[in-house]
Amino acid sequence: MDWLFLAEVSLAGLGAGALYALTGVAFVLIYKATRVVNLAIGEILMLGGYAFFGFAAGAGLPVWAAIPLTILVGALAGAVIERALIRPMLGESPISVFMVTVGLGSILVGLVELGFGADPLRLPEFLPNDPIFLGEAYLAPKVAYGFAAASVLIAIALAALRFSRAGVALRATAGDQGAAYSVGIDVGRVFSLAWVAACATAAGAGIVVGAIGGISPTMGVFGLSVLVVVIVGGLDSVAGALVGGLLIGLIEALAGAFLGGEFKLLATFGLLVLILMVRPYGLFGTHEIERL
Amino acid sequence: MRIGTLKLSYAADEALLDTPVQWLWLAALAAALVLLPFVAGPYWVYLACLVAINVASATGLNILTGYTGLVSLGQAAFMGVGAYTVAVLEIRLGTPFALNLLAGGIVTALVGVIVGIPSLRVKGLYLAIATIAASMILHFVFAHWSLTGETRGLSLPPATIFGRALDEPRELYWVIVPVTALLVLGAANLFRTRVGRAFIAIRDRDISAEVLGIPLLRTKLTSFALSSFYAGIAGGLWAYFFRVVTPESFPLITSIFYLAAIIVGGMGTILGGILGAAFMTLVPEVLKLFVGLVAPFVSDALSLLAPIRTIVFGLLIVGFLIFEPQGLAEIWRRIRRFFHLWPFRT
Repeated sequence: MDWLFLAEVSLAGLGAGALYALTGVAFVLIYKATRVVNLAIGEILMLGGYAFFGFAAGAGLPVWAAIPLTILVGALAGAVIERALIRPMLGESPISVFMVTVGLGSILVGLVELGFGADPLRLPEFLPNDPIFLGEAYLAPKVAYGFAAASVLIAIALAALRFSRAGVALRATAGDQGAAYSVGIDVGRVFSLAWVAACATAAGAGIVVGAIGGISPTMGVFGLSVLVVVIVGGLDSVAGALVGGLLIGLIEALAGAFLGGEFKLLATFGLLVLILMVRPYGLFGTHEIERL
Repeated sequence: MRIGTLKLSYAADEALLDTPVQWLWLAALAAALVLLPFVAGPYWVYLACLVAINVASATGLNILTGYTGLVSLGQAAFMGVGAYTVAVLEIRLGTPFALNLLAGGIVTALVGVIVGIPSLRVKGLYLAIATIAASMILHFVFAHWSLTGETRGLSLPPATIFGRALDEPRELYWVIVPVTALLVLGAANLFRTRVGRAFIAIRDRDISAEVLGIPLLRTKLTSFALSSFYAGIAGGLWAYFFRVVTPESFPLITSIFYLAAIIVGGMGTILGGILGAAFMTLVPEVLKLFVGLVAPFVSDALSLLAPIRTIVFGLLIVGFLIFEPQGLAEIWRRIRRFFHLWPFRT
């Protein structure tokens, strides 16, 4: 057993896992507040990657301007999506809303292909390229900076959720919508807010994912892994998304390194089946009791 | 309410077709289907076969999702199981093709039962995600098992019946369309039986259904088995139609396609499965025609076809869910009601 190799693979896996965790947090934010399973999260992430490409490479803006603009685009997309597609579906069965997000994913992929073509593109280099060593283990610099960026974004999201007025309102709505209404929280606005915040986060994640692996209209597949992450962690648990994200990243990296790249998806989905059989509500999720 | 449809017995009440006019329309449809290959060009016959295969698969998914309320995103993978079974039997054993089709259906039904086992513990979206996982795992098996030809896939000889090779859509039409008609008829009749009614009870409220004495696990698994049987047969027909089966033939997007088809058509109605599958199969063709028309005026119109198709696919799902959740079948019912009541109510 080559311990150094194992350590390097694990570090790379944790780096990728941080991005899963970040996108997972975006997913959980929407689910907590609105009970919508948003399968289009991967496509919104893709949209973020392409928006950044448009600003940084297309319009030639400097990186420090392109990043906030991209996040703004994500927020705007979230607001529009919530208003136009999700609000009319209020009160419909969860499956229907889920299918709306599937349709939305398809629309976003089509739009991006229409605007930028179907070929994969590379984002302009903006992360420093010096190799990084932790002890003796080599860590790809992009992955390291990705991990750092994801950690910062997650910390901001968590702090906002914990301390800001909007975050408290969001948690109150997640706890009990009726009670939230009765203490004067505008639940409709909380729904919008959750979508705006989640889509902005996903767009931010899209920049980092795109910087590491390039962007293409099929990068929405990332959303499938995120789906596994949140199911494993528990759909309504932020802590679950963090633990699940790191876990899935680690498992994917280990399976990819020791079994071969094609085993990545098999390993994660195998874990998913296992979790569904043993703890259907995930590691940290709330077990809902069904009453007649 | 319709006028002049007084029922005197349960049998009459349960009948699939309750007026002579319906018989007439059905006879007209049957005649049209028989005449089609003689009058239409090869492209239309090809399309008709494709529509029929999709109708068979969508009807199967409708049994599971529309009638039993278990959302599955594994229909394409189930079709793959059927297609691979047929291909392997045809290549390795050379058994007669009707037997292969049946075997394809049965093997897929067994796989469906295994995939359905989690359905007792998890339901709703969790089940949908479990079926995504199952289809990923099946996909992996297709791509890595030597029996299924790994990533190269399998190509199979044409189906033969009475020593005659069916290698043209025009000939296969006579197999595909009758099989699909049988399957649809079977599905329509299913919901006149105890099992079919049990499916509907589970869809409406599974706990209540259990209280009524319906064994949940067994009935849900029956639904999975039936639905995958349909998918397996459809996959087998698909294999004979395209004569090459690769792991890429049945991606997740195809499962979404079938779910979209029954949403657009109308979940929980037999007509919905038919209309939805036909509609969703024909829309891309119409788009292709349209792009062909504007091609001389717009530069590289052909490269726009794929993204526009993707967008229209998404828009159809979203649009139907928001504006017409009961689907095309409901529109059809509305048109019929108009003519029933005309001129008394417009």
